[in-house]
Amino acid sequence: MRHMIAALCAATASGLALAALAEPDDQSLAVDGVELVTEIKASDEHPLDMLYSGWRFRTDETQALQTDDFDNPAFIFVEQAVDAWDTVEGEAGKSCAECHGAVEESMKGVRAGMPKWDAEAGEVWSVENFVNRCRTERMQAEPWKWDKADMNAMAALIGLQSRGMPVDVDVSGPAEPWFKRGEEMYYTRYGQLELSCASCHEENYGNMIRADHLSQGHINGFPTYRLKNTKLNSVHGRFKGCIRDTRAHTFKPGSEEFRALELYVAWRGEGLAVETPSVRQ
Amino acid sequence: MKQTVLGLVISAVIAGTAIAGPVSPQSVVYADGAVAASLSGATGDPSSGREIIITKGQGNCIACHASEALADAAWHGEVGPVLDGVGDRWSEAELRGIIANAKMMFEGTVMPSFYKTDGFIRPGDGYTGEPATQIDPILSAQQIEDVVAYLMTLKE
Ligand code: HEC
Ligand code: HEC
Ligand code: HEC
Repeated sequence: MRHMIAALCAATASGLALAALAEPDDQSLAVDGVELVTEIKASDEHPLDMLYSGWRFRTDETQALQTDDFDNPAFIFVEQAVDAWDTVEGEAGKSCAECHGAVEESMKGVRAGMPKWDAEAGEVWSVENFVNRCRTERMQAEPWKWDKADMNAMAALIGLQSRGMPVDVDVSGPAEPWFKRGEEMYYTRYGQLELSCASCHEENYGNMIRADHLSQGHINGFPTYRLKNTKLNSVHGRFKGCIRDTRAHTFKPGSEEFRALELYVAWRGEGLAVETPSVRQ
Repeated sequence: MKQTVLGLVISAVIAGTAIAGPVSPQSVVYADGAVAASLSGATGDPSSGREIIITKGQGNCIACHASEALADAAWHGEVGPVLDGVGDRWSEAELRGIIANAKMMFEGTVMPSFYKTDGFIRPGDGYTGEPATQIDPILSAQQIEDVVAYLMTLKE
């Protein structure tokens, strides 16, 4: 709430900016006939009142690509991950499937609760960390690089198994300091342009910034297929780009900082449906 | 004789300021958010100012501001107020202050500071994502003057 007030004050200071605060569109998202929640009232502790999926801020053409898996270009990559799931790799001679069985069963709901505290590592981990632990320790294979094709495809396949489920992360206990760190990052005005995530995604969602209609910056659709670079983009890849665009020294995908930020941003989208793999501009 | 010496001293001082070149970002004096004198010491060129405002690698002002007067340039943002009429709403000194460091005029504003080189958190080397090795202001003193000169032409 504190931040909402600050945002309102900033907006009223320039009456025009307030007047321009446009709502997301009023479309509803159904993928192959199944409705997904793209709008939900936020919890009382949330700085925003209403939460909207990024899908609601996109053009009709971009939106349409996500309503049918056959049209959704992300599925080319998901298909590759289906193959990878069954492929034996590494010294241990195992495939993901040998231990986990059908991905539809074993990975159901996993993405909705990511990132999460891992007691063994003593850290908050993203889905990529879990995949790489299996690859290195259980398969004795090379780890996949963060934000690269193999990893993003597997993250999309895993995320798909939670599609339609509400984002619901655990920010309590040992995860709490990570959550707090992420929150602090969210409001830090990085770079020579001195812009925080909140400058754009909290104070100005609904407004155009150059050619882009600003959304609330949720991660419920990640990895996301972007028309701009015609491939899957990871959560951390997006964070990296958004910080870089403030003329800042950005952070690395997989870094502690980005995992903390991911936890906080996931919390901001709690209740929205997982949309993985989404399509964006 | 006394008079002549004084006169000489004064003209030397005036000449001294004129050749001192641009005011550095650290030594700009803001009074209620406004900056009285030209930052470069010279007057601005409005046509160059217009170009800076619409160019992505320079002012990129239209990322956040719309304007009828700039309708020929593609993509106008809605983050800040419409620029038409700013030449009526603000004095030249106020506009100079707003462009150089808008935070002096509007506390906590999202508008970036275009003539500032310190106090940044993790400044980058342009848009590469790498750390900055040297920080120049986003716009030079003369570019600020050019932008101000153009904005002064935006009268209703
Ligand atoms: C040798 C057996 C084995 C192999 C091979 C294996 N895993 Fe795992 N995986 C496990 C075990 C054991 C766990 C931890 C227990 C659990 O959560 O199921 C785990 C956990 C995970 C998790 C975290 C699940 C959660 O709920 O937190 C993910 C994601 C995962 N594996 C993905 C993969 C992928 C992708 C592959 C193939 C690249 C793979 N695993 C290969 C055994 C394996
Ligand atoms: C200068 C404005 C700006 C800043 C600052 C900024 N972003 Fe963004 N961000 C954008 C734009 C523009 C897009 C693409 C349109 C949209 O979805 O808002 C975007 C997209 C996103 C998306 C994708 C949303 C989706 O539905 O696919 C996420 C996630 C995101 N930003 C997170 C962040 C985070 C976290 C920060 C702070 C580290 C941040 N952004 C800072 C401008 C910004
Ligand atoms: C990241 C967005 C952003 C950028 C880029 C930006 N501005 Fe602004 N500007 C704003 C906002 C927001 C305000 C409103 C001030 C406030 O916060 O109350 C503003 C206010 C102004 C005002 C005062 C307008 C009025 O009518 O009160 C002027 C003039 C101005 N900006 C000019 C510029 C110029 C020239 C540039 C480029 C050199 C520029 N701005 C770049 C966001 C931006």
